[in-house]
Amino acid sequence: MSLKDKLTELHDRGLAEIKKSADLKDVNQVRVSLLGKKGPITEVLRGMRDLDAEERPKVGAFANEIRDDLTAALAKRREELENAVLNAKLANEAIDVTLPGTPVAKGEPHVIQQIIDQIEDLFLGMGYQVLSGPEVEEDKYNFEMMNLPKNHPARDMQDTFYITKEILMRTQTSPMQARTLETHDFTKGPLKMISPGVVYRRDTDDPTHSHQFHQVEGLVIDKHITMADLKGTLQVLAHELFGDKFDVRLRPSYFPFTEPSVEADITCFNCGGKGCKVCKNTGWIEVLGAGMVHPNVLKMAGVDPDVYGGFAFGVGPDRFAMLKYGVDDIRNFYLNDVRFLKQFTKKG
Amino acid sequence: MKISYNWIKEYLDLNVKPADLAEKIERTSVEVDDVIKPSDGLKKIVVGHVLSVEAHPDSDHLHICQVDVGEDDPLQIVCGAPNIAKDQKVIVALPGSRIADNVKIKKSKMRGVPSAGMICALQEIGFPEDVVPKKYADGIYVMPADATPGDAVYDYLGMNDSLIDLDVTPNRGDMLSLYGTLHDLSAIYDLPVKFDQPAVQETGAAIADQLTVHADAELAPQYRMRLVKQVKLAPSPMWLQIRLWNAGYRPINNVVDITNYIMLKYGQPLHAFDYDKFSGQDVYVRTAKAGEKLTTLDEGEHDLDDHDIVIADDQKPIALAGVMGGLDTAIADGTVTVAIEAAVFEHDHIRKAAQRHNLHTDASQRFERGVNQAGVQEALDAAAEMMTNLASGEVQAGTVVATDNEPEPAVIDITMSHINAVLGTELSQDQVTHILTTLGCDVAAEGEKLTVTVPVRRNDIHIPADLLEEIARIYGYDDLPATLPTGRMTMGELTPAQKLMRATRHSLEGLGLNQAISYALTTEDKAKMFLMQPSETTKLAWPMSSDHAVLRMNVITGLLDDIAYNSARKVKDVALYEQGRVFYREDGVDRPSEQEYIAGAITGTLLPTAWDLPAQPVDFYQVKGIVEAYLKDMAVNGDVTYVANHDLPEMHPGRTADILVHGHRIGFMGQVHPTIAKQFKIGATYVFELNLQAIIDMPKQENQYDVISRYPAITRDVAMLVDDEITNEQIVALIEKRGGAFLQSVKLFDVYDGVKVPKGKKSLAYTLTYQDKHATLVDDAVTQAFEKVEKRLQDDLGAEIR
Ligand SMILES: [Zn+2]
Repeated sequence: MSLKDKLTELHDRGLAEIKKSADLKDVNQVRVSLLGKKGPITEVLRGMRDLDAEERPKVGAFANEIRDDLTAALAKRREELENAVLNAKLANEAIDVTLPGTPVAKGEPHVIQQIIDQIEDLFLGMGYQVLSGPEVEEDKYNFEMMNLPKNHPARDMQDTFYITKEILMRTQTSPMQARTLETHDFTKGPLKMISPGVVYRRDTDDPTHSHQFHQVEGLVIDKHITMADLKGTLQVLAHELFGDKFDVRLRPSYFPFTEPSVEADITCFNCGGKGCKVCKNTGWIEVLGAGMVHPNVLKMAGVDPDVYGGFAFGVGPDRFAMLKYGVDDIRNFYLNDVRFLKQFTKKG
Repeated sequence: MKISYNWIKEYLDLNVKPADLAEKIERTSVEVDDVIKPSDGLKKIVVGHVLSVEAHPDSDHLHICQVDVGEDDPLQIVCGAPNIAKDQKVIVALPGSRIADNVKIKKSKMRGVPSAGMICALQEIGFPEDVVPKKYADGIYVMPADATPGDAVYDYLGMNDSLIDLDVTPNRGDMLSLYGTLHDLSAIYDLPVKFDQPAVQETGAAIADQLTVHADAELAPQYRMRLVKQVKLAPSPMWLQIRLWNAGYRPINNVVDITNYIMLKYGQPLHAFDYDKFSGQDVYVRTAKAGEKLTTLDEGEHDLDDHDIVIADDQKPIALAGVMGGLDTAIADGTVTVAIEAAVFEHDHIRKAAQRHNLHTDASQRFERGVNQAGVQEALDAAAEMMTNLASGEVQAGTVVATDNEPEPAVIDITMSHINAVLGTELSQDQVTHILTTLGCDVAAEGEKLTVTVPVRRNDIHIPADLLEEIARIYGYDDLPATLPTGRMTMGELTPAQKLMRATRHSLEGLGLNQAISYALTTEDKAKMFLMQPSETTKLAWPMSSDHAVLRMNVITGLLDDIAYNSARKVKDVALYEQGRVFYREDGVDRPSEQEYIAGAITGTLLPTAWDLPAQPVDFYQVKGIVEAYLKDMAVNGDVTYVANHDLPEMHPGRTADILVHGHRIGFMGQVHPTIAKQFKIGATYVFELNLQAIIDMPKQENQYDVISRYPAITRDVAMLVDDEITNEQIVALIEKRGGAFLQSVKLFDVYDGVKVPKGKKSLAYTLTYQDKHATLVDDAVTQAFEKVEKRLQDDLGAEIR
């Protein structure tokens, strides 16, 4: 048998053994037995010195080739086995991905707060300031400066929590109109503000009445503010809060501190305007009161109604939330049942 | 005010359906609450002729009636009404009919006798109890004798009319009448109205010889009376009864009905007195004298005082002016001479009288809002005319007048440019003039200036802004353009305080607390709990209930109420925070100061228990972690320290800490005292309350970049046994003070006071981290520093190093 034949035989036998090896230990043994210092290849190479000088390099090259080939085969087999081990291990580690995730601590903003923030952000974007006023007000600001003198019949419309004869829980956020009109410096620019906050009425709490609720007042005063601007502004507000599909319509109404006074309706959520029980078959739902600021209100606050004028509006976030989400009991907002609070989690 | 569609159509040539008319009114004048057609929902209800009535053999009150309902054979109907009688025309609900409240009537047997339908009372076909004529209140209704058996009853009873229920705003008193509504509709539809002209036949003697009236013009700017003799009281004709009950009034007799009818038609309240009951021939409008009393028509007794305006004869008050007449001089059986009063009373007095005596009548409502002061005599004449026509009355010649101060019409100057500048429109002068004219105004133009004379009946129009509203609403708000304000630019930005309040909410939500909004009005007890500073309470003068009577001086109690509410509904894990105001008041000052506060309350577990998360009931340190993280978010500049406070009455004496920033107390936290928790009916609850205003006002740290050292840190652990009284804070303070230049941090990693440590001792273990920012630390240097600290702990705190 020539050396070359021996080598070829070794090669074939080696490959077969490698293929047979079942684990990394086997592979190692095969490597030692084939390629080790005492292994057959070394032995064969040792026999090279008997060859002629001419043959020697050829056989040497062939032997190297065989050794490389076997080395590569060993490496490949090792990798295969290693992968198999790893895969088996990973297969063992499989988990049920449908088990629930670990709870994290996460609180939610109150739904009324969400609506107030949304209104604030909208008007901030249109250049309004956000102002907050006292919840315990003077009769003067809550009523008198809002064109509701002591004997005005419209005072019967709102039952008031008085503390003393002159001090009361504000029944509306409108006193902030008078307060800001008194202090605003018109040489610095127009007055554009909203004022969100808590208001109080002498009501018995039931599904549709709450002695405490929220309002957001809006006020714009400048030299050339029109009723069309009011209509446009309310449209933007309705679109922001409810969506572009909602139309706004104005109806005449009465507030002592605006003239003309209007009530704004928006398309009914429930029926999209076709008419249903929620909207009493009108297709519209009343959402806010507004109007052009009454000249008396301007005058009493020291603003010249012949030069300046503008509009005001008042919206009720509680009512918005009730309409938007179909909340059927206003008391839900103030009893803070966690199961209620956790329903309004959508962000953005 | 319910206004009849049919009545409107008698005066206005309208070609719109009732629902559309209502919509138009709502869009242009006043709100409409409802449109009702009384016959809606009723079915197969016809006129019946009672042919015979026999007693039921097995009942002492039922009758067996044979009733002709226009068919070949009469129906046998068993009827229990006490007033059923032969030959009556009655309301019959046939078998298969529907009566009020969607009730279906079927053939049945009553005590063994077959009954094919039902003979109805007005209430049973939907009439409200309070409009049914007294005579028929407790029995069936008897129809007019000429009604045809078998005809549907609806037209006989006015039930096919549509009634538009107006919710009239306080400024539009003129809309509380048919005529006022017609004036507005005339402008809205641009159609002419033909109003009636009353024609009184004065067949009697001169009134002046029989009656004199006296009035103070301050109390009654207008006061007048007519006198009608020989009236014959009787039920009103059907058409008049229908007008009344459809408007919500009970027909009484022709004289009283006429006064109500005139009020509905003209908006002018009238009162009819029985003249023969007057003491003397003089009638006075005056304030009441102390001690005077009056029994009103509704049999209510009233003590009067000098705030009340009364109508009086020579001896005593006979009516509460503008509110309700007196019982003694009321129209009653036997009345033959009627004095009709038409007046204008001062509205403020009327409003207060109605409130004081709790008598809110249709008359007082109209006087409060103001009646048509140019139409008082007309309404009086119309009433007198009807008393002749319907009660055969003999109207005495003339009217006695005490006061006659009809106001001048308002004259308002307005320019076209002002109108368009405020409304944002481009209306022409012709358009504006036309609108104002259809509303009944006189308009004189001089260039673009309009001088507008407003009819007296529109007492709500005084200034140009009032005219703008009239123009805008008649022009139509739908046609108004929609624009946004232009002009000088303004910046919209939250103030630093507002930003911090928003950040506060976001921070606490991120830490797992849900925002609550609780009631600021609470009980006096709760208002005074958990006080951060001494304060007087602020109480409502007239609370609705003691539960909401006093302004809160803490936020926590509201949250505890919320937890109690949850707990009562088996929601055991609750984590809430609230940002809101507390109200502190100084003695002698009426108005409290309002301070922004923030509070949190947690009961049960903060994290929901789950398959991979065992229940971990909330404890002091979890809440402290939240407070620490929150204050870190707010970047308050200064050391935050927690000092045990054993003296807060509502808090656990061993588990409560004051929260100090730079030595300044801004709040407290800890466990609610178990006794208080029990009082609220809640389990173990941990809370914190912080003065948010103080946090807003404090200086803040800015974010800044600090180089992260490239050189490795070295750590050493130390465990020690110390007396129970030694606090973590003392140990950390000592380590930090004595730790050397390279000590970066001290971290507690173990606390143990179990069985393996001697009584009165506890074991604490800390990791100390050393680092040199500019070089690699030498181990020796660390060891040296560490040993120094160990020695100090032994010497200063008596620690036993383990
Ligand atoms: Zn609808």
